[in-house]
Amino acid sequence: MTVLRALLVCLVTLLASYSTIPAAMADDLKDAINALAEGSLKDREAKVDALLETGDDTVVPVLTYLAEGDLYFRKSDKQVFLADKTGRTFSLTDPISGDVIPDISKRDIKKVRVNNNLRRQIRDGLSLFALNSRDSAKRLAAAETIYKAQDASALPAIEARLAKEQDAQVIAFLQEARAGLTLTSDAPEEAKLSAIEILRDKGGRQALSILNEAAETSEGAVKDAASRAIVAIERMLAIWNGVQNIWYGLSLGSVLLLASIGLAITFGVMGVINMAHGEMVMLGAYTTFAVQQAVQTAAPGLIDYSLLFAIPAAFLVAGAIGFVLERGIIRFLYGRPLETLLATWGVSLILQQAVRTIFGPTNQEVSNPGWMSGAVELAGLSLTWNRIWIFFFALAMFGLLFALLKRTPMGLQMRAVTQNRNMASSLGVKTPWVDAFTFALGSGIAGIAGVALSQIGNVSPNLGQSYIIDSFMVVVFGGVGNLWGTLIGALTLGVANKFLEPFAGAVLGKILVLVFIILFIQKRPRGLFALKGRAVE
Amino acid sequence: MSSRISHFAAALALTTSLISASAAFAEETIKVGVLHSLSGTMAISETTLKDAMLMLIEEQNEKGGLLGKKLEPVVVDPASDWPLFAEKARELIDVNDVSAVFGCWTSVSRKSVLPVFEELNSILFYPVQYEGEESQRNVFYTGAAPNQQAIPAVDYLMEQEGVERWVLAGTDYVYPRTTNKILEAYLKAKGVAAEDIMINYTPFGHSDWQTIVSDIKAFGEAGKKTAVVSTVNGDANVPFYKELANQGIKAEDIPVVAFSVGEEELAGLDTEPLVGHLAAWNYFQSVDSDANYEFIDAWHAFTKDENRVTNDPMEAHYIGFNMWVKAVEKAGSTDPDAVIDALPGISVPNLSGGYSAMMPNHHITKPVLIGEIQDDGQFDIVYETPGLVPGDAWSDYLPDSAKLISDWRAPLSCGNFNTETNECGGKGAE
Repeated sequence: MTVLRALLVCLVTLLASYSTIPAAMADDLKDAINALAEGSLKDREAKVDALLETGDDTVVPVLTYLAEGDLYFRKSDKQVFLADKTGRTFSLTDPISGDVIPDISKRDIKKVRVNNNLRRQIRDGLSLFALNSRDSAKRLAAAETIYKAQDASALPAIEARLAKEQDAQVIAFLQEARAGLTLTSDAPEEAKLSAIEILRDKGGRQALSILNEAAETSEGAVKDAASRAIVAIERMLAIWNGVQNIWYGLSLGSVLLLASIGLAITFGVMGVINMAHGEMVMLGAYTTFAVQQAVQTAAPGLIDYSLLFAIPAAFLVAGAIGFVLERGIIRFLYGRPLETLLATWGVSLILQQAVRTIFGPTNQEVSNPGWMSGAVELAGLSLTWNRIWIFFFALAMFGLLFALLKRTPMGLQMRAVTQNRNMASSLGVKTPWVDAFTFALGSGIAGIAGVALSQIGNVSPNLGQSYIIDSFMVVVFGGVGNLWGTLIGALTLGVANKFLEPFAGAVLGKILVLVFIILFIQKRPRGLFALKGRAVE
Repeated sequence: MSSRISHFAAALALTTSLISASAAFAEETIKVGVLHSLSGTMAISETTLKDAMLMLIEEQNEKGGLLGKKLEPVVVDPASDWPLFAEKARELIDVNDVSAVFGCWTSVSRKSVLPVFEELNSILFYPVQYEGEESQRNVFYTGAAPNQQAIPAVDYLMEQEGVERWVLAGTDYVYPRTTNKILEAYLKAKGVAAEDIMINYTPFGHSDWQTIVSDIKAFGEAGKKTAVVSTVNGDANVPFYKELANQGIKAEDIPVVAFSVGEEELAGLDTEPLVGHLAAWNYFQSVDSDANYEFIDAWHAFTKDENRVTNDPMEAHYIGFNMWVKAVEKAGSTDPDAVIDALPGISVPNLSGGYSAMMPNHHITKPVLIGEIQDDGQFDIVYETPGLVPGDAWSDYLPDSAKLISDWRAPLSCGNFNTETNECGGKGAE
């Protein structure tokens, strides 16, 4: 954004220095721009229209700054300036002459107010300017905006651009925009029929609504063609909807997997009913926040990669606390599940209140790095980047943990101790230490989950509570003591939840999933993948 | 952080010193109860209100107290546990002998303390916007009723932004359900077709908004201008707004107007992608008035933190506390009956530069402001009702409530007077 704005300022300066505008016209323009300072928001719409109609490139930076809320006027003489905040003061740029006045205090200037209507009006209006930009990406964005706006007054500009446009993608968008406008105008039948064809191939909900309107208002061949196109688009939408639902389910499943994978160790493998599991996730999220703050002050350039530093930090913090917890409390309570439950519940409350006292009760802001923001459009799907990353991150975590348990000596000892403590002990395994490290591992992994979950939810002292029930649900459903069970269980519950949600609503959907699990546990008390053999006591 | 701890210690010291002082001069103080959760899920919102009350009481003491006596805050922690609210309220009134209580946030906590205040005849000031459909003799509602928040917000969207299609999204509990019922009736009365209204409820703390946000997106692409009216509560807002931003729903296309999102809630969010989404309140920190600047300065000085924000329920406490002070001065005593009778008609300055008055139905008059979220986490006020809006306890848009009025002055003295049957005690009779 800043680059764009710097460019805009350059543009103003260039325009000014070459002085392409005759003096009289420049005065008119200056008055039109300064008029923005006064009047109500409603009056401003007409003034913005007047500026757009001049067709003068000088208005582009003015309106862009206005839309972003960076257009200010000087209180003393009601002159309008482009304002850039530098530290505590503003530097003002004259929109016509390009002169820069640095170091203006906030008290001397006032913002030109803007609302959604004005922003929309400016976005749609400026898209016609951008249509003649040299940058094909800008032209593409402009063509897309024009397609969405469906404003008949844009038609001449579309035709003019189509005549000289080279970029295939931009041409396609413009043709679609034209098709939409043709269909709602009183164009001849052949034009309308070909417009319907273009819109049918375009697909999507907006094409659908344009076609619906056409089918209602027209007759004969146009009506038939439109109705056929509607059926075709609806069929495509239904298919994409199904695919989208599966993705949402997998994505929810991956969040469940992340939340429960640490518990699969502490509860699943070790058999400790660990009510403080959620708080380990919360500590991981707060570590992310702390790391982000530290990176912000120490090396602002690395802020986009602060998550990478947060992962080991969260593992160490949560792991260390898990270690202390096991050594200090849980090891005295093995074999007494009820006491363990109460003790860890108490620990979870202590941790929550401690975080509340240190960081305060309000949410903390953990920002999304650039590479985790926004969405990617894939055919009819819209996939958000943060969900994509979390999905693969969860799978990677699972793979690592699995390898650790199955392929390393440490994993071997862990499995040995949990399967037959006495035998492992007599073979020389230091079982108390293996217990401590296993618990620390489970807690540390919960901490890493916190890093990921801080990207999609709040970071507040209550963060852990919202995941604890789901985590136990997944582990019990998947089969206690089996990592595969946790994976399959999490993904199954995620997909089931997302397929129920559109029909039953979020509240009922959740209840139905719980009922399903209760029934399932009646039938298979040991979950999806039950452990067999002598390990089962 | 250290300042927070030291502030906490100072508050503790203040409380204990006040308690010990009260032991020495038992008759010298007037006690004021503060009933806000300091732990549990609601601590996120209510802790701030406790601090605001302590600040207001401290300021009043600097001005010389009340009726020649010092005020003494009694702070209890109901821990976001609804039955505990009732117990703590009883403790405040019975054991600590407080003259008035300022507290509660959720409707369910208010409902749980209502019988206690009625039985022990004390006074509660309730500072949060709520669903209406209630008027009780011992309670003074300084937050917004639906006609002081929801209805003007919908009017704004309809008239200024030309919205024709509505998504009513809320958390599944009493406030969103009642508010949405009122809004649905209101929209239908305005000629909105049933298929242009989508109602959606989610559980508390809902975190996976993918399906709902994509449903909203699909609903909004049907050709008519669409808006979302959100009564989503507390913690669920952050993932909701994050998902909106990530799926690219811009305020210019589908604006979201929220009734439970204020400066405090935005503190945990990057608001850059949310610029233009709206909130309706009776106060914003960005209000341009001298009273507001003074209040913000005092708040920053009291909390020793320049970044602490102010919000609407804090203003409600500011108004409520000043009304109580004035009523006690007018009545010349803190006797609950005298103060309850003195309160209606009392008018005090609010923070938006005007005056708010307590009405006979125990609700107050306030301006309604619509603000757009800015990239610095503050709101830019884009609309303000021309005059003050009086709070309506019983909605005019629900058939059962339309015929009810509330007037606690003699001779009517009734919170739910049925104008058709001319009897006291219609719906919601205790």
